[in-house]
Amino acid sequence: MITYLGRRIIQSALILLGVSLITFALLYLLPADPVRQIAGRSATPETVENIRRQLGLDQPFVIQYWRYLGGLINGDLGRSYIQRSQVTELIVSRLPASLLLMVGAIVCELAIGLTMGLIAAVKRGTPTDQTLMVASFVGVSAPQFVVGLLLLYVFAVRLGWFPIGGYGTWRHLVLPSLTMGILGAGWYARMMRSSMIDVLRQDYMRTARAKGLARAAIIFRHALPNAILPVIAMIGIDVGIFMGGIVVVESVFGWPGIGQLAWQAIQRVDIPIIMGVTLVSACAIVLGNLLADIVAPFIDPRIKLR
Amino acid sequence: MSASLDKRREETAEKTGPVLDITGLSIAVRGEDGEREVVSNLSLTLGRGETLCIAGESGSGKSMTALAIMQLLPKPAARIAAGTIRLRDAERNDVDLTTLDERRMRRIRGDRIAMIFQEPMTSLNPVLSIGRQLTESIEVHTGASRAEARRRAIEALKSVRISEAESRLKQFPHELSGGMRQRVMIAMALALEPAVLIADEPTTALDVTVQGEVLELLRDLQRVHGTSIILITHDMGVVAEMADRVIVMRNGRMVEEGATGDIFAKPQATYTQELLSAVPRIGEGPGRRPSRRDDGTANDHVAEINDLSVRFDLRGGLLGRVNRRVHAVEGVSFSIAPHETLALVGESGCGKSTTAKALAGLVPYEGAIRIGGRNLSGLGGDERKAVRRDIQMVFQDPFASLDPRMRVGELVAEPLLIHGIGSKQERRDRVAALFERVGLSADQMELYPHEFSGGQRQRICIARALALRPKLIIADESVSALDVSVQARVLDLLKELQSEFGVAYLFISHDMAVVENISDRVAVMYLGQIVEMGTRDQVFSNPRHPYTKRLIEAVPVPDPTRRRSRFARLDKEIASATRKVGDDPQRLTLRDVGDGHLVAG
Repeated sequence: MITYLGRRIIQSALILLGVSLITFALLYLLPADPVRQIAGRSATPETVENIRRQLGLDQPFVIQYWRYLGGLINGDLGRSYIQRSQVTELIVSRLPASLLLMVGAIVCELAIGLTMGLIAAVKRGTPTDQTLMVASFVGVSAPQFVVGLLLLYVFAVRLGWFPIGGYGTWRHLVLPSLTMGILGAGWYARMMRSSMIDVLRQDYMRTARAKGLARAAIIFRHALPNAILPVIAMIGIDVGIFMGGIVVVESVFGWPGIGQLAWQAIQRVDIPIIMGVTLVSACAIVLGNLLADIVAPFIDPRIKLR
Repeated sequence: MSASLDKRREETAEKTGPVLDITGLSIAVRGEDGEREVVSNLSLTLGRGETLCIAGESGSGKSMTALAIMQLLPKPAARIAAGTIRLRDAERNDVDLTTLDERRMRRIRGDRIAMIFQEPMTSLNPVLSIGRQLTESIEVHTGASRAEARRRAIEALKSVRISEAESRLKQFPHELSGGMRQRVMIAMALALEPAVLIADEPTTALDVTVQGEVLELLRDLQRVHGTSIILITHDMGVVAEMADRVIVMRNGRMVEEGATGDIFAKPQATYTQELLSAVPRIGEGPGRRPSRRDDGTANDHVAEINDLSVRFDLRGGLLGRVNRRVHAVEGVSFSIAPHETLALVGESGCGKSTTAKALAGLVPYEGAIRIGGRNLSGLGGDERKAVRRDIQMVFQDPFASLDPRMRVGELVAEPLLIHGIGSKQERRDRVAALFERVGLSADQMELYPHEFSGGQRQRICIARALALRPKLIIADESVSALDVSVQARVLDLLKELQSEFGVAYLFISHDMAVVENISDRVAVMYLGQIVEMGTRDQVFSNPRHPYTKRLIEAVPVPDPTRRRSRFARLDKEIASATRKVGDDPQRLTLRDVGDGHLVAG
């Protein structure tokens, strides 16, 4: 286990290094010039060159990247071009909100998706199954800003159960989490259904029935742990998908997370923030996958981490 | 235990009338073209303490009958269309199982009627411990506490001769061998001392030495508990070893019923006679041919394998370095002459299939493989491809080895296409001729694999292997998945093709009786090495290596008059071929004990 973790940490570090290099190179090649954004339209060529020199953007790519890496090792993500404050501080101040939203979303999608998938599999071929699958299809295909606005209209504007936007209490969390979770719930419902149907066909399910076990024991003790394995691997990948969704959902609900930070930074070509948010997202994805892999052997004893 | 003693006494006192009584049972299955009967008007009785064998080939309805007794037919596709299934056990239950609702049936399943299945590898839940799987049914049926259920589970494991029963409870199915898992299944089935045990092909997936042990265990447990057993099998050897009475089924109908001795001595129905005559027997099988000696000189061997080793590296540790190795094949040498059939026998994991794969170029190997006198390792890509044409394979599973989306004609023509042989019309003609030759008709070329039976598919696979007119065909368990009557016909076909085309066979099998019938020479493998090799007669009439002896002794003989009182018992689990790097297995040296009969050690 310890060797496994050691190896995974080395691998993760290499992945993050790769991500930083690719993102840095892409931003370097970008036609938009951050210096022009900072200096404004009316700036003289001298001012522009001055700023460029101050930021070190006149240096060749390799040196720029090397400097960035040097900072990174010391936990320094640089300074924002526009806001002039430390990127690390900006991200740290906004990260808890985004993490909270992500946890809320994962809870929503698992609770809704797994339940739907389980019921659909057990009731396979019945109208219940068909209804659930249509619902999951709608969940998968509806764009998040539409779902968000719809939820806002119904539950916040018409019914007034939840606040329209903002951050603070659990009530604020419900609608954004649901918006993010509904997409994933659709996927999980379909995945859980097919995984469960596959498990229900296995020989050991026949053995369980031949023993005279009750239906609940057969489904929850014998089938569910087997069926949930592929789903767990999926949760790790999900974190990455969330990072994309978080930008949209945080804008719709005015949620003060790193999604909003990223959105503003992209509009202003604020490279240090874009880099910082990308790296934090990559960290989250790597961690999510690692967690999923560590949990798996607890459910399936055949999986060994080495 | 006194409760169970009482129960047994009661059972002895009650030894009147059958424990299970099936009358007029019909089972219907709904398919695309409406409902059809898979079991028709079946009536049978099972006496107390009796072993009743239901024998028959695939599709005879024997497994469906078992599932119907358990009320476990796959719903809603299959249903009991008519008939009654009465259970009369020592607890004076006298019920018609077909009338019970799911709730009441659940109380009978596992408690009064238990079942074990064919595949011990997949019949246990991989994510639950052995202990949990054993105790759960004890808890459900007896209301025992966890501790009490655990105690009974340990007792059950001990009764199936599993060592260190207590620590086994914590293990998971994948940590046990196939034989051990099947014993766990039996322990699970017998823990509650059911009146009836249904065993559906319980030893089919097991190696022959393990099979003997499981059969003996069933016999012993029956002796102790007086359980009535319905044993479903396609293996007439198992029938002869185990049954008191036999029912022969075909296409859902009973064709014959009788005491085991009578059925084997003077079978009445034509089908039974055919079935019995198709069974391969050591020393007297149908179409058995005289043993031949390898008289070819070394130069004209089709294939020569010298010091072949195949090892698979396993990685581990912080840097993922190779730290363990599977020694699948270790220093194997043999040669095959034209017209010759060399059989490679041994139990699962002994390296016989890996040897075949190396020969066919499907796994990397060390050592020398010479095909038609040319060493493969010295050749370039194109030359190697040309040499490979001379070796073709026929695999075990005719269902999995044909691409379901291709027409069978295309499948057989594909090797010709790959090697760029002939025009389209020429290929077509050649494939048509091959179809005729293997006993199919040319107009079947346009069909898809699913439209054929298992035996027909294996013929297609043989036609495909023959398409390139190879010098050597590797038949890897090619007849193992077939019913005996089909198996006999396919074996005949292989022999005919050999005399016609002069092709040599490397025949890989775990079935000693089939091997004895088809081979000229035999090589016995154990843990990646050859332990004995010689002509068929040398190996079968005068086996020298203890492992060969054990292998031959363990084969169930399809003759109830030669029923043995005890099967050879395995002294220990077969060792593993996985070893630490640096800890290489000891190489066996073969010595000639006369006339080219080679024996290790």
